[in-house]
Amino acid sequence: MNFDFSIFWNALTSLNYVNGAVLAILLAVLAMALGIVLGFLIALARISGKRWLVTLSSVYVGVFRGLPTLLILLLAWNAAPQLIPALRSDAYSPFVAALISLTLVQAAYMAEIIRSALLSVDAGQPLAARALGLTPVQTMIRVVIPQAIRIAIPPTGSELINTIKYTSLASVISLRELLTTAQSGVSTTFRYAEFYAAAAIYYLAIVTIVTVVQAQLERKLLWTSKDVPSAPRPEPGTVTLDLKGTKA
Amino acid sequence: MIPSTIEPLLSVSDLAKSYGANEILKGVNFSIKAGEVKAILGASGSGKSTMLRLIALLERADRGEIVLAGRRLGVDDRRGKETAASERQLAYQRRDVGMVFQQFNLFPHMDALHNVALALTVVQNVRRREALEAAAEMLNRVGLGNRSHKYPRELSGGQQQRVAIARALVLNPSVLLFDEPTSALDVELVGEVLKVMESLAAEGMTMIVVTHEIGFAKRVADEVLMFDRGSIIEQADPETFFGSPAHERTRSFLSHVR
Ligand SMILES: Nc1ncnc2c1ncn2[C@@H]1O[C@H](COP(=O)(O)OP(=O)(O)OP(=O)(O)O)[C@@H](O)[C@H]1O
Ligand SMILES: [Mg+2]
Repeated sequence: MNFDFSIFWNALTSLNYVNGAVLAILLAVLAMALGIVLGFLIALARISGKRWLVTLSSVYVGVFRGLPTLLILLLAWNAAPQLIPALRSDAYSPFVAALISLTLVQAAYMAEIIRSALLSVDAGQPLAARALGLTPVQTMIRVVIPQAIRIAIPPTGSELINTIKYTSLASVISLRELLTTAQSGVSTTFRYAEFYAAAAIYYLAIVTIVTVVQAQLERKLLWTSKDVPSAPRPEPGTVTLDLKGTKA
Repeated sequence: MIPSTIEPLLSVSDLAKSYGANEILKGVNFSIKAGEVKAILGASGSGKSTMLRLIALLERADRGEIVLAGRRLGVDDRRGKETAASERQLAYQRRDVGMVFQQFNLFPHMDALHNVALALTVVQNVRRREALEAAAEMLNRVGLGNRSHKYPRELSGGQQQRVAIARALVLNPSVLLFDEPTSALDVELVGEVLKVMESLAAEGMTMIVVTHEIGFAKRVADEVLMFDRGSIIEQADPETFFGSPAHERTRSFLSHVR
């Protein structure tokens, strides 16, 4: 059996795949956004110094980093509705179950990233802010968080990429994301290579976009007065002649 | 402000602080009048920074009083009796005390102008435009009018410290604390920072300066205090202090820094 490019191309350009990709992106981005909010609160709890908050948040992180994400998805989709009648409604769709699962998992990972980012901001920074009369909340928002964000961006980018890949696990609860779309193509034709390759292209494209956006964000946060860190501009009033192009 | 010759602007009495079992400050007393400059000398670990942090309300004292312009700092006396001030109240009381750190501690994510303007907008609720104008003017005053859009990492240590001075000064504090402001600087950059501090002193700013710059202390200070293991062991005008130090430990300290 040869690789049939027309099957591959048809799959790649089909609406099903586009929909699957959109669903995967939507799920990953939402889970990350909610995970960052929840993770931030957990991180604050972990560095609060209050015993019960530290314990509670540490247990949370331990549990959700320890359990396989696949198991959490199955628990959310199959087990939870058996225990909680309210979840038996139609509103509790595979998408919602997957979103909750991935959010809970990402919150645990983001809590660790945010915690270490907050702790790695130089202690002199909040000290100087407080000395200027900023309240603890103002100090956090104006001084500590902006610096923590810069530290947290690279690992957060990796987590977003992980989350995008994790969305494929939601195929087990029949969410029609990319991998489910590929599987259903496979199940009628047995053309594994073509349908999986099409899915692979989408994942790679999405991850590439994330990487580019991340690099741009990092460039924005260089904290210099120049747009691009390159050769210093000549001072006004000085004339530089560079006839031979030696400085290029 | 009319500098009073009788009442001290700031007085500290029986100020004490321990970290664990170590008593770092053992009940320190001194006072400073408006417009005065006090230089503080002392060996490493003698508690100089700790005292400045207590006066700046960055840490709570175990014991003792800090009174600024007749008001006791670090306590809440609004209900007739004195209780420990909340973090918010401390933030409010800190407005009157400026602090300049050894490591500058400029905010790296803001340019010089916004470093200086931040507390004006956030703490004093000055409108953004006016705050930026005031910040620009203050940067001019420390000789950095042409550097206002540079970020801290683009400035030399001396320039950063001058921005830090402008940042404290723009809030119009009644007293300015300096914790070894030139110790982190290359020798050739020390002068520009000391020059700014001297001109502040000449303009009547009340300053407490922890420093190892003997020359500065001689030229600028009205009084020099010697710290030793958590206590002030000697306190005199510069001429007496450097010319005929009374305490043996002062003599030995001075022979080492000179
Ligand atoms: N937060 C803290 N926790 C525990 N110990 C501390 C703390 N801050 C300071 N110390 C200790 O208190 C002592 C005095 O410190 P301090 O910084 O006040 O000294 P200093 O006179 O400013 O010295 P230096 O010239 O080195 O700056 C030191 O032994 C230091 O280790
Ligand atoms: Mg010190």
